[in-house]
Amino acid sequence: MKRRTLLTLSAGAAAGAALAACGNEGPGGGGSGSGSGGSASYWSLSGEPGQPYRQAAIDRFNKANPDSKITPTFFQNDAYKAKIKTALGANQAPTLIWGWGGGGLKSYVEAGQVEDLTDFFAKDAALKGKLLPGSFGAATVNGKIYAMPVETVQPIVLYYNKKIFDQVGVSAPQTYGDILDLIPKFNAKGIAPFSLAGQSRWTNMMWLEFMLDRNAGSEVFDNVFAGKAGAWSDPAVLDMLTKVQDLVKMNAFQKGFASTAADTNADQALLYTGKAAMMVHGSWSYGIQKANGGKFVPDGGLGWMNFPPIDGGKGDPSNTVGNPGQYLSLSSKASAADKETAKKFFSTVLVDDEEKAGWVKSGGVPVIANSESLFTGDDAQFQKDMSTIASNAKTFAQSWDQALSPTAAEVLLDNIAKLFQLQVSPQQWVDNMNGVIGK
Amino acid sequence: MTTLAPPAVRGQEPTRSSGGRSGSVLVWMVLPAFVMFIFFGIIPLFGVIALSFATWNGITPDIQLSGLTSWTAALTNPNLPNALWVTFLIMGLSWLVQTPLSILLGTFMARQTRYRGFLAVLYFIPLLLSSAAIAITYKSLLDPNFGLGAGLGIEALNQNWLGQANLAIATLIFVVSWQFIPFHSLIYQGAVRQIPASMYEAAQIDGAGRVRQFFNITLPQLKYTIITSSTLMAVGSLTFFDLIWVLTAGGPGDATRALAVQMYQLGFQASLMGPASAIAVILVLVGVGLSLLLRRIGGRADQSQLEGA
Repeated sequence: MKRRTLLTLSAGAAAGAALAACGNEGPGGGGSGSGSGGSASYWSLSGEPGQPYRQAAIDRFNKANPDSKITPTFFQNDAYKAKIKTALGANQAPTLIWGWGGGGLKSYVEAGQVEDLTDFFAKDAALKGKLLPGSFGAATVNGKIYAMPVETVQPIVLYYNKKIFDQVGVSAPQTYGDILDLIPKFNAKGIAPFSLAGQSRWTNMMWLEFMLDRNAGSEVFDNVFAGKAGAWSDPAVLDMLTKVQDLVKMNAFQKGFASTAADTNADQALLYTGKAAMMVHGSWSYGIQKANGGKFVPDGGLGWMNFPPIDGGKGDPSNTVGNPGQYLSLSSKASAADKETAKKFFSTVLVDDEEKAGWVKSGGVPVIANSESLFTGDDAQFQKDMSTIASNAKTFAQSWDQALSPTAAEVLLDNIAKLFQLQVSPQQWVDNMNGVIGK
Repeated sequence: MTTLAPPAVRGQEPTRSSGGRSGSVLVWMVLPAFVMFIFFGIIPLFGVIALSFATWNGITPDIQLSGLTSWTAALTNPNLPNALWVTFLIMGLSWLVQTPLSILLGTFMARQTRYRGFLAVLYFIPLLLSSAAIAITYKSLLDPNFGLGAGLGIEALNQNWLGQANLAIATLIFVVSWQFIPFHSLIYQGAVRQIPASMYEAAQIDGAGRVRQFFNITLPQLKYTIITSSTLMAVGSLTFFDLIWVLTAGGPGDATRALAVQMYQLGFQASLMGPASAIAVILVLVGVGLSLLLRRIGGRADQSQLEGA
């Protein structure tokens, strides 16, 4: 009898411990703050160039506020996108939710998961004034602000390897026609004309964003975003999709591009190792290439430009796409003390001079205003150019997958991947995409 | 995701029942696993069945019941036929590759040869690695620009392994086999050792050679083990997700997008938990159906195989 009790107890204890462990696995959005200060949790992306500066801001805050503590956890890009949604659904969200604004933020707002920060910014006009006005667009849903713009303005640009261009004896493209002329020249030398991380799909999407904008202007996607029926049925879309498939058929992208993943930065390695000549990528790629490419960036091997105009296209060549900023939202489920901690984090270290200097040092253009005077180091030219592209753009469009709802974005990404595999025709693509407009 | 508990490997040695007392102890010993199974197998399963009749984006606190909408959406999804085809293709091909190799390796390991112990340990290594680690390793090795082929300058190795539809499936089957053959070899090794030596002795006296012995004694004696191993392979292949996700993410295009990947993409990327749950239920039904079918094919498993031994 005694033995049986022991068995029961130990079995019960083991199961109990296992269950308890599962329950506590999340980082504890509730975060029982000991003492007066809150203990906010913070989730964001891992890796160069951003992680060290995100960590530095938190360290500064924790040092200045010994009573309250912010605990960060960092994830890889694609893993984070899934993880944060699961955590929100399970009420295990961190206090501070890092994101891209736009459609993803809208879905959090509709679910009542993030705090309305309109009053917070209204009360603290000085804080709002410290941030670039253009960065608030993607943080605003139905006229209310739900996120604090942070970090950097990230237009997507065309990078090229100057050493490879010299080696092949060609100059940087001025128009899309020049690009088409360059492709066979690089292929003849056994160098991939473009590096593309096709497995990640949003990388392919950057191509479509530019090709559509340069061909047809920003109106087509505006209509899609507004949910107008049949918005993709524009002849310019078919034309743009045909051009993209022509690029694939011309072997414009490296061998096996469909299995290259962006999370490992293999696409950028192709460019700085000289296996590929050009790449369309976000401005954050500069920091990655600087951190991983050895002497490639310091020696002036990297060139960049806004995506060139397409001959006969209607789009304004100054237009760009990308991320007008990154965004930190506040979980509505967090305790009052944690929210206070987070707001203090917003209004102090996230807009201080060290924050601004840090992001400049990372090679980026901060969302904090008046940072141009800091563009003096090795990266000054890049930063000035990014700043010019961002501020001169007639339209700074948000990345499509971030602007649309997650449901529509998934269909979009799926069809883009199939388009690049020549699995769907341009017409099928248009039909498939018209089917999810407004969803 | 719902995982099915793998059916226990049926040992052929008759267990001797030693009275009622050990029976009650047995109940207590089963309890921890049973409790875990209820909490992490059965309850989530009912949750998923309930979710498949609901609409939920995974974020909102309230889940709306919506009848058959999610099922209609899942079943009319244009990607479903391809996902089903890919799932069964992977299942069939991986069975075809794994079964003969596992039987041969298992039979080899069961014999008392000199390096058997050492080799058995060596074969076992892949089983100790996580699928994600295996997938990351193979992805790096097979990269057409930075992988083995490009690094060593061997043109034959420098194929577009994961970027071309048919090759990607073949590569996937290879990696799956590399990972799971050790496990199935182990099952066969145990089963071969259970075959009484007297059978082989009798065959030897009758003048049967090695090959003859293998086909006339070993294989028929392994019948139930083959059923068990095939069930594990078939049902297990339904849950391949980690490997596919890391290796190809279902690509290129949708060439390796099996049902489990489709389920993940619908649920966690498109925020359509209802249709994703419907696919999960389909996976469960297919898995249970396959197990039952294989058992039926195998006949009554409690029949003795050792008659006449």
